Amino acid sequence: MSLAAHGLRLRRGGRWLLDDVTLALAPGELLCLLGPNGAGKSTLIRCLDGIWKPDGGAVQVDAAPLSALGREELARTIAYVPQQSGETLGLSVAEMVALGRAAHRHRENGAQRRAQVAAVLARFGLQAMANRAFDALSGGERQRVLIARAVAQDARYMLLDEPTSALDLKHQLDTLRTVRRLVDENGIGALMAIHDLSAAARFADRVALMQQGRLVALGGWEDVLTPDRLETVFGVRAHVGRVAGLPYILPHAPPDSPPGDG
Amino acid sequence: MESDRPVRAALGAPWLIGAALILLLLAALVATTQGVTRISPGDAMVALLSPLLPSGWTAGLPAQDVAVLTTLRLPRTLMAIIAGAGLACAGVAMQGITRNVLVSPYTIGISPAASFGAALAMIFGGAYGGVSHLLVVVAAFLSAIICAVFVLALAAMRGISGNVLVLAGVGLAYLFGALTETLQFIATEQQLAMIVHWAFGSVNGATWDAVQVTAAVLAVIFPLLLAQAWALNAFAAGGDEVAASLGFAVARTRVIVTLGSVLITAAIVSYVGVIGFVGLIAPHVGRMLIGGDHRLLLPFAAILGGLLLLCADLAGRLMFAPITVPVGIVVAYLGVPLFLHLLLSRRGRVG
Repeated sequence: MSLAAHGLRLRRGGRWLLDDVTLALAPGELLCLLGPNGAGKSTLIRCLDGIWKPDGGAVQVDAAPLSALGREELARTIAYVPQQSGETLGLSVAEMVALGRAAHRHRENGAQRRAQVAAVLARFGLQAMANRAFDALSGGERQRVLIARAVAQDARYMLLDEPTSALDLKHQLDTLRTVRRLVDENGIGALMAIHDLSAAARFADRVALMQQGRLVALGGWEDVLTPDRLETVFGVRAHVGRVAGLPYILPHAPPDSPPGDG
Repeated sequence: MESDRPVRAALGAPWLIGAALILLLLAALVATTQGVTRISPGDAMVALLSPLLPSGWTAGLPAQDVAVLTTLRLPRTLMAIIAGAGLACAGVAMQGITRNVLVSPYTIGISPAASFGAALAMIFGGAYGGVSHLLVVVAAFLSAIICAVFVLALAAMRGISGNVLVLAGVGLAYLFGALTETLQFIATEQQLAMIVHWAFGSVNGATWDAVQVTAAVLAVIFPLLLAQAWALNAFAAGGDEVAASLGFAVARTRVIVTLGSVLITAAIVSYVGVIGFVGLIAPHVGRMLIGGDHRLLLPFAAILGGLLLLCADLAGRLMFAPITVPVGIVVAYLGVPLFLHLLLSRRGRVG
């Protein structure tokens, strides 16, 4: 059982956005996808969800090729939490979450769907704002709704594209805890692109480091996020250690910067 | 600021839709009875139902009143409702698929394109002014379709946002406006009058033919659009990628929705001319009242669009009676302030 990429390649505009990427996401695992902007994190997520077709390699879900799944079956197997963008034309919180049931709509009636949506709303503490317009919510609330929609899809795998990047500290933590809980309690396999290395190290079971479309390293955070590798990939020197038992990765200076710049 | 909680939350969708329908029926009754010839609502009902009633019932009605009702008022009323409903549906659908509330049949240039087609037919279509009405309709339809295909091909390109679409529409509106003006420049006085009058946008002189054709188009396409309501919600929620990840056939939905809304628009504007902003106002007001769920918004906005156009036409007929102000002009006075409001209230938001 896994959602696996085998030698994925994707070429756009004369550049390899993905270059021979192989990795597998297991159920009950939180895998954090790290790397600088443009490393290919979002591209990999889109390929894993079948939104973009790779130019080479293959994606397999539980040993079956991704292309063997119908559209709706795919949406019942893999949920995608996109980066927040744009207006939603007056859709309410309940309607946003109900979209998670869209792929189930030919197998359940309206009453069953409403019950499912109500249960998810309750689980995420969203009942009170069920009728409010999604666009009127705060960033943290919107993120909660997007994750609730993914949960409503009832999928085994969840792909999250930088869910914390637009949030303040408290809501970053809330979001990460929510995802961790989904992995632990529901046995979901979650792949999360994220920029905050310390948070990734703290919450992930494994981390994957990408650079220019290639997978540089994959494994436990202490093996992957070494100061030398961080310097190679991100171009900054960083302290790696623990404070109060929690991992931290603290960038302090670009390698060749003049003294006092860090 | 828009309220973040639609009225539906307090009232319930069935009530809202029911109330809108009742208002529409009342407006239709007023529209069929008011005018230069006043007909009492009772007489109007009797006359309208006359084919179904025993012959004795209609004996008291002046034949002239019956003629006014059945050949003038009724087709005009129905045409206003159908045109308003169709343009509103097209607006809702186009806005959903592009995620942009500024998109409408008018703002992407379809109506000016139809004007150009009509003008072309009026000038080159018939010798000595004997232009067949059908030719004008067909030319306007084809020209609208050509414009729409161009805009939609643009929309299908990856990374084109709704705002770019609106700007492209503005450009196309200017292009077709210039083309029409070129034709006006070479037109005879009589042709010029025809072209200008057509471009006003009016349900004046609507015929049963026009009502039947547009009603048939709407009757076929509205259910098709309604069947895509879930998919439209998904597009509104996050565009192509989100719709795909939620299990929708993105390309197929795009084709159905865009073709459907373009066909409705083209069929309507080729009969009634340029009536802007209905496809903008009705979806906006509908969304404020009933919310963004397309399963409810499509029918509700259609009713509102019919109501709006009917009331605007009534106002245009009664305000300066016996002079009739074309409905397109009346609606534009309502629509422009709203368009500016939408534009300005969205400053700083992602489009």
